Amino acid sequence: MSKPIATTRSATGIPTGRLAVWWVIASEIVIFGGLLASYIMHRLGHPEFGDYAAHTNTWIGAFNTLVLLSSSLSAVLAHQAAERKDGERAAKLLGLTMLGGLTFACVKAAEWTMEISSGFTLTTNAFWSFYYTAAGLHALHVIGGVVIMGFVARDAAQGKELQRVELIGNYWHFVDVVWIFLFPLLYIAK
Amino acid sequence: MSHAHHQEGWVKKYLWSTDHKIIGFQYLFTGMAMALLGGFFAYAFRMQLGFPGKSVPGYGLVSPNEYNALVTNHGTIMIFWFAMPVLIAAFGNFLIPLMIGCDDMVFPRLNRLSYQIFLLSALILIASFFVPGGAFGGAWTAYPPLSAKHQYSLTPAGATLWLLAVALEFVAFLMGGINFVTTVMNSRAPGMKWHQIPVVIWMIVVASIVFMASVGPLVAGAVMLLFDQQFGTGFYDPVRGGDPILWQHLFWFFGHPEVYVVLLPAIGIVIDVIAVFARKKVFAYKTVLYTAFATGILSFFVWAHHQFVAGIDPRMANVFTATTVLISVPIAEMIFVTIATLYGGSIRLTTPMLWALAFVAEFLIGGVTGIYLGSSGSDIYFHDTYFVLAHFHYTFVPIAVIGSFAGVTYWFPKMFGKMLDEKLGKLHFWATIIPFNFIFIPLFITGAAGDHRRIHDYSRFPDLARADLQNLRAIATVATVCMLVAQVIFFFNFFKSMKSGKRAGNNPWNANTLEWSAASPPPHGNFEVLPTVYRGPYEYSAPGRESDFWPQDEPPDGEAEPAQEAAE
Repeated sequence: MSKPIATTRSATGIPTGRLAVWWVIASEIVIFGGLLASYIMHRLGHPEFGDYAAHTNTWIGAFNTLVLLSSSLSAVLAHQAAERKDGERAAKLLGLTMLGGLTFACVKAAEWTMEISSGFTLTTNAFWSFYYTAAGLHALHVIGGVVIMGFVARDAAQGKELQRVELIGNYWHFVDVVWIFLFPLLYIAK
Repeated sequence: MSHAHHQEGWVKKYLWSTDHKIIGFQYLFTGMAMALLGGFFAYAFRMQLGFPGKSVPGYGLVSPNEYNALVTNHGTIMIFWFAMPVLIAAFGNFLIPLMIGCDDMVFPRLNRLSYQIFLLSALILIASFFVPGGAFGGAWTAYPPLSAKHQYSLTPAGATLWLLAVALEFVAFLMGGINFVTTVMNSRAPGMKWHQIPVVIWMIVVASIVFMASVGPLVAGAVMLLFDQQFGTGFYDPVRGGDPILWQHLFWFFGHPEVYVVLLPAIGIVIDVIAVFARKKVFAYKTVLYTAFATGILSFFVWAHHQFVAGIDPRMANVFTATTVLISVPIAEMIFVTIATLYGGSIRLTTPMLWALAFVAEFLIGGVTGIYLGSSGSDIYFHDTYFVLAHFHYTFVPIAVIGSFAGVTYWFPKMFGKMLDEKLGKLHFWATIIPFNFIFIPLFITGAAGDHRRIHDYSRFPDLARADLQNLRAIATVATVCMLVAQVIFFFNFFKSMKSGKRAGNNPWNANTLEWSAASPPPHGNFEVLPTVYRGPYEYSAPGRESDFWPQDEPPDGEAEPAQEAAE
């Protein structure tokens, strides 16, 4: 399907794709914002949440933070490569970011397995409910990002739709930022 | 254009289309079908209220549980599956590319996906009536613990299907909203400045942004409620460290802006229609825009007026009383703008104009009665009575019903290339408006007398089971039936005119906006030559001109047609 003329116009001077991704991120911010605001309100009303949070593993959380933040670096480098029209390199760098995302997801899976087998499940108490819901929603965004990135990388390798490298990068940074809020709220504040 | 005019099968053309006009029609017809369903529900439960315990013709006996399910789904459908799809999605899809002078939305396939998800959500909602336990009956606001626990709601599957349907509807409108906003920002015709965009388009954009910014917390809240229902978490269960009031905050943080999400497009339609049929420039165009922005922003700070009796801090109640009363200022301003636009105009009382004027008159009643409810003191008495119900029907019926009719009757010639029958149109107008007032004026009175909203049968309440109140309830019921029957006139007119109406021509109303320079109905790709814009949308009766309108794309005298944008 060829693109309509509407898609090729840019009355604001901002590329249409970038504009749309910003709106996606804006609508995601309020989703996570609502969830985290609810969590923080509960947390303030329930000092015992701190005791429950003591059972989370800060080292695993810190490792995942490191992995996710590093994966953003290769996303930025991929954007740089795409700007130079070097689609192949951009695809390789996106592959690295995907690897980071997958590592994050695997570590998360292992972490949850340990926690669930120790008896901390979704229904244990309100803290653990928030823990699994917030981190789970975030993990879904990581996995979704990896899948979309796969498509973008495939096109980029053939030199097509290179502007999308930047767009998926922007999304990836957003996923990072959400984690930067989740990590202290769920792991560090004890 | 490369993708225009090739032969397509029926399915590809009408069901799998990426053309914004077809998607607009899909939303329009789905929305109208759902409105009929919501209207039928209203008929069933109003009959129970007017003539309690009697078998309702075409439905049967309304049991208390069914009554709850009918009321709940009437509200849910009318807001999420009628007002939103028709006012925002149908008009937004049909009008945005046409009125800003381009060939389609920026993301046509995302647009198609948005409708498909919307359709799925509608089917899930309908399916919820056929599962064991029946459809959800915990009100459209779905407060926990009633909505969170099957032991209370008695609808184990219905409650979850309801929630799923609402959540999917949100996803569909998020996709649509992003598409709308991006399209208007980036795909305007060359020459169209921010302040030359028609008001209705602005209103749809502001509404989309308000929706996008307010629905997120409720999406999160819906996930939590889903987990409470299905996995046994305790987010809203105080015994397990949760908080049922949290849902009320998340719900109304969305729910109140949602009122403005549907109000703004309706006001936009009304203002556009009034300018055309008063043959006069919109009074204070820029002020209208700033007012819409102010309304959008203020709408995020009024939500807790729904919780005056839910146990919030009384100091908070004072703050929310102030913000709630404050938001009537921009709304009143917009109403004054319509009146000022009418003043000194040469008014033509066409059918769309009648609807637009009725909007102003009827919405005013809704607005004024809102002040009593926004004030925490009087709200404590009025809370959950029919006074509240009559109030918000005096806002939502003008918005969803009157606003939609104004839009449909005005743009029908563009949509289908034929004129609607004016005689039938006016008959339908009066046959709708008169019963509408006979439904809800009596309910203000019963509400003030103490009628609680969620009562299936008043005979067990001696204070309320009085003959005078019962007569008022019966009047409201008979009027409901009249209003519903009157819609037969509309559908007859709609489908008959579509087939054999008078040919409309490109610009039957002598209007200025760009859609009227396209063919009626516009072909795939909309314009033969994509237009360039030279002036604002409301240059009616401009001094020194012979004709009383001045299309946005008509080149100024002595200037040659500019070079056209090259197609891909």
